[in-house]
Amino acid sequence: MARITLDHLAHAYKPNPKGPRDYALKEINHVWSQGGAYALLGPSGCGKTTLLNIISGLVRPTRGRILFDDRDVTDLPTESRNIAQVFQFPVVYDTMTVRENLAFPLKNRHVPKERTAQRVEEIARLLDLTSVLDRKASNLTADMKQKISLGRGLVRPDVAAILFDEPLTVIDPHLKWQLRSTLKEIHRALDITMIYVTHDQTEALTFADKVVVMHDGAVVQTGTPDELFERPAHTFVGHFIGSPGMNILPCKVEGATAYLGSEALSLHRHYRSLGRTEQVELGIRPEFVQLQPKGAGLPARVRRIDDIGRARIARVEMNGRMLAASVPEELSVSGEEASLRFDPRHIHIYADGHLVAGEALGGQAA
Amino acid sequence: MTLVLESVSKKVGASVHIDDVSLTLERGSLNVLLGATLSGKTSLMRLMAGLDVPTSGRVLVDGKDVTGLPVQRRSVAMVYQQFINYPSLSVYENIASPLRVARLSASEIEARVREAARLLQLELYLDRKPLNLSGGQQQRTAIARALVKRADLVLLDEPLANLDYKLREELREELPRIFAASGAVFVYATTEPSEALLLGGNTATLFEGRITQFGPTPEVYRRPQNLVTARVFSDPPLNTLTIRKTGALVSLSTGGQVRATDVLASVPDGDYTVGFRAHHLTLEPSGSDQIAIPASVSVAEITGSESFLHLDAGEHRFVSLVPGVRRLEPGTAVTAYLDPRHLLLFDPTGRLAAASTAQKAA
Repeated sequence: MARITLDHLAHAYKPNPKGPRDYALKEINHVWSQGGAYALLGPSGCGKTTLLNIISGLVRPTRGRILFDDRDVTDLPTESRNIAQVFQFPVVYDTMTVRENLAFPLKNRHVPKERTAQRVEEIARLLDLTSVLDRKASNLTADMKQKISLGRGLVRPDVAAILFDEPLTVIDPHLKWQLRSTLKEIHRALDITMIYVTHDQTEALTFADKVVVMHDGAVVQTGTPDELFERPAHTFVGHFIGSPGMNILPCKVEGATAYLGSEALSLHRHYRSLGRTEQVELGIRPEFVQLQPKGAGLPARVRRIDDIGRARIARVEMNGRMLAASVPEELSVSGEEASLRFDPRHIHIYADGHLVAGEALGGQAA
Repeated sequence: MTLVLESVSKKVGASVHIDDVSLTLERGSLNVLLGATLSGKTSLMRLMAGLDVPTSGRVLVDGKDVTGLPVQRRSVAMVYQQFINYPSLSVYENIASPLRVARLSASEIEARVREAARLLQLELYLDRKPLNLSGGQQQRTAIARALVKRADLVLLDEPLANLDYKLREELREELPRIFAASGAVFVYATTEPSEALLLGGNTATLFEGRITQFGPTPEVYRRPQNLVTARVFSDPPLNTLTIRKTGALVSLSTGGQVRATDVLASVPDGDYTVGFRAHHLTLEPSGSDQIAIPASVSVAEITGSESFLHLDAGEHRFVSLVPGVRRLEPGTAVTAYLDPRHLLLFDPTGRLAAASTAQKAA
């Protein structure tokens, strides 16, 4: 069990890196608390696996240090770091029983037999594997094998951290629900630092207390799921979190008014000069844009309505740009002409991709 | 063309992969095969393509029996989960390859490749090699190659499963438009209910090699004809409890009794399984006739805009999807409310006995 400190960490795969472009992982400073549940979230190529490999010791960073509590482990190999890992595909010994598979990491470290047996029973119970403990792993489904892999990762009580690399990719949707909530319960029960890498926002947001969103080798925001949803610090976070993601529209801002083409929108915050900003954009999530009948707001044309089961999402065109809006349950949509209502409390202004705080109107606190 | 499967079965040794499937797929339609891993999606597609021959039953194309006709002699294109492209060929040549095999004229090839590249937004990458593209672009290339053939039947076997979540979202939005422009019979296999809903068209739900229902996607989702279909077509998983109706009273397997209203009033006395989806189980009553269920929070999962609450109620574990952030500690006692306007009632054999009125409206 450990606090993990990333101290001026950066990594380049090519020798003699010069500019930031040469770095697969740009400088990162971060402290992960003992016992926390963290997710590294981002698309392929964002650097999340590089970061995980640095933590596990598979990759030595070009610059900076990594500390487990106060111990510098930067130069330690994986096996000396006292961590457990769970990968995308199951790692199990087919010739062993489930019980032997789960016991293996403990047996390797000469944990007394009685304690091993006790721990194996406990983990099997948490993962609902008790009924198959004495079966050979070879005859089990891919889902079951991945559960065993999870169990092997969780079985050692003394690890500094457990690292998960896309552990639910091969799992069917229904079992995913069950395993996600199981992992969360286990995290609470075991008090071990867990780091979970994924490109799937639902997995990241539901598993982690803090989500680290990565883009292009850099951390663009670290926050709780509601912070990432309510106040994306960067347009990338707005786009990447949420389904569909945030609508991002080029605009002009003067004081507390935003101009989208010829339409003016009153804002709840006041923005002083945005400086030498190249690009000013307005961000608003589809949840806060409501489709309304023609004439009730900003004019728009409905291109399509998606029925996603528990809600409807309208794909609309406004000033030549597509955006997504929520459709109120009682609204029946006919024809193309409609309008949009933006909830001003949920409008954010971005300058060159970065959130501009602005000042609350009427002396209210932010 | 129209593709008809007539009582098709496929047995391999003692195991039944496809169990008596009958299905009619019309020209220009998009058909989703929805089911868990090993439910028979790929087996069924292989039979449709002519890659496998059914053990019994017939396959008809435009009324003509093609059972046993090999895939080479049929008009079929396939896209797989793994991105399959020729690594040494450019994107252009990858898309053009089936047309070169078919010995089309250079001008025809040019026209078709350009058109497919435009539809799939690959125009900027035509000179590149596939391995220098993102996964999404590689899979677009494979889809473009399937489209240029102008095959009568296009089979896509979990084509987005290996893509990043966001890329999946983008392609999923584009696919119905691309399909609509084609006119072929499309068959699209997926394990994810949300994908089926976004694609629209028709959905066939598969379970253990059988088709449990086939119809317009929103209708199959809202009015599943049996419990198996409802389970296959629910994500989060379908919540269920059992009830016994006696006159005006209904006793619940979660404990307690309620008055029979709405759909509960419409069915004869007896035992039923009640199915309901996560977003119809809430923490605030939305009317006076709501069914109150005492429960305890097991896990709260917060996505930022919504919260998934895993609730224990007696022997049951339910998932509730509520708007906003609800940070509830495990063990917290709550009252969950079930809206009688959103219930599916199944008889003891698992057949739909009645659905609430709100479920009927699509």
